[in-house]
Amino acid sequence: MRPLTLTLRERPDQRLDLSALVPQILADKTPRDIERIELQTTRQRIRVGDVFRVRAGNVEQIHIQGACDRLDYVGQAMNRGELLVEGDVGIQAGRLMSGGRLTVLGNAGPWAASGMKAGAFEIRGSAGDRLGGPLAGEIAGMRGGIVIVRGSVGERAGDRMRRGTIIIEGQAGRYAGSRMIAGTLIVRHGVGPLAGFLLKRGTVILGDGCSALPPTFMDCGRHEFVAMRWLSIMIEPYSKGAAVLLRQPFTRFAGDMAVLGKGEILVGNRN
Amino acid sequence: MSLIVRGVHIDDTFAEAFGMRATALIITADTAAWARQAALTMTGFATSVIGCGCEAGIDYELTDKRTPDGRPGVRVLLFAVSTAELQKQLQGRVAQCVLTSPGSACYAGLEGEETLRLGNALRYFGDGWQISKRFGGKHFWRIPVMDGEFVCEATTGLTKKAVGGGNLLIIGRTTPTTRAAAEAAAAAIAKVPDVIAPFPGGIVRSGSKVGSKYKGVPASTNDAFCPTLRGAVDSSLDADVTCVLEIVIDGLTSEAVASAMRAGIAAVVKLGPKRGATRICAGNYGGKLGPHHYHLRELLP
Repeated sequence: MRPLTLTLRERPDQRLDLSALVPQILADKTPRDIERIELQTTRQRIRVGDVFRVRAGNVEQIHIQGACDRLDYVGQAMNRGELLVEGDVGIQAGRLMSGGRLTVLGNAGPWAASGMKAGAFEIRGSAGDRLGGPLAGEIAGMRGGIVIVRGSVGERAGDRMRRGTIIIEGQAGRYAGSRMIAGTLIVRHGVGPLAGFLLKRGTVILGDGCSALPPTFMDCGRHEFVAMRWLSIMIEPYSKGAAVLLRQPFTRFAGDMAVLGKGEILVGNRN
Repeated sequence: MSLIVRGVHIDDTFAEAFGMRATALIITADTAAWARQAALTMTGFATSVIGCGCEAGIDYELTDKRTPDGRPGVRVLLFAVSTAELQKQLQGRVAQCVLTSPGSACYAGLEGEETLRLGNALRYFGDGWQISKRFGGKHFWRIPVMDGEFVCEATTGLTKKAVGGGNLLIIGRTTPTTRAAAEAAAAAIAKVPDVIAPFPGGIVRSGSKVGSKYKGVPASTNDAFCPTLRGAVDSSLDADVTCVLEIVIDGLTSEAVASAMRAGIAAVVKLGPKRGATRICAGNYGGKLGPHHYHLRELLP
């Protein structure tokens, strides 16, 4: 059965909340029901049918075509099925996701995968600040699942991550892995200053090192890690480049000694 | 009554076996030799639950393409009479024999409805420096040790459908030919997955019967199959027999035990009575004790 397809007619005048367009909410809805779902974020009411051409199909496989950065909360709280977005998305894509597979072929805005619990989220382009991070007032960020960003990301990727894996194939901005509680953050290429800032536990893996590590990380020497060989095999289906990166020796920096100090930054090629 | 296949007499009897609890591990290391060394050490002194607490052995070796960390490995099986005893034996043996072995890592070798604590029990050796890693539904512990890190999966699976005590009694005219037949059978059984033959080289020469004339001794020599007692007891042996060797088989499933016994019988029959054994029998207790019965006539090659 072909997927349910939603094609954006034109760039909307206001930001839209697409959190309702996930398999578990669309189940048992007819195309007409779907067209009536409200998406507005202002007082001006906008329904799906006003901005999307809806082609009926399997709601467990949703394709959004012609997307743009005004589409917020795409795949929010999604717990099953597949959601493919052709184009860019706005803020908080994949937030609180707990299952299924979300793929964005363009770029994602800030707080993508915020508080994600399970499932797989792939961003073919780049992502904004606070990838996987918590919203203001929340204790933990990402809590499970895997996020793959083929491009680069902004600041504080993996902020307060509790569990799960983030793979960034490009570069990351400042404070990557800041305040991590646990989990694994892999950045294949360059990363901005102060990666792992206030890291409690967890692993930050930097393929090309960091321009300025926090001074409260302690050099533990260069080693080969059996655990990285295992992780390399596990992540190979998601990122061949990251899998290759994990097969090399790493310099281990333990920290952040300014806080608990049970975390680690593994640096591939030292700058 | 017996059947004759290629000159080898096969008794019309059955092996009687018991339900057991079992688990499996995959042990890896930098080289196949060190993976095997860790597995051999861990499965040492594990021939019989009567005196060792568990029965354990190497199931098969794994190439680096088939292990969780891409290094050579060995699959090990452990059997015990209760879940609590299996947990105790697993924990103690991995802690003393695998954790201590250079370059080793330890992973679950069985998926079961229930689990046994593996890394979850050993992680405290890390004294607070242990690191937890989860990915794809798997949970591992990284425990710092003097040659790097000991990577150990948090749990391993438990099966309650395991069978222990499948057996073959291999009977011959001389010790060398009987031993050759038993070695051939043990080699054939070693190729069957999900089973082990826990005794030395897969062979046991001190088969036992239940009970003893001495108070408090649970098992004693199987006098009916001792050639030197042939004239003194109600012997099961013919006049020309001078040697009996037994192969005991434990398997993760009843089907695996049956496959192993079939492979063992085929190997003995293939060797023939001149170079090998003249007769194959099996041990049982009249069918009253063990729920699993393996009739030799149903396992002929």
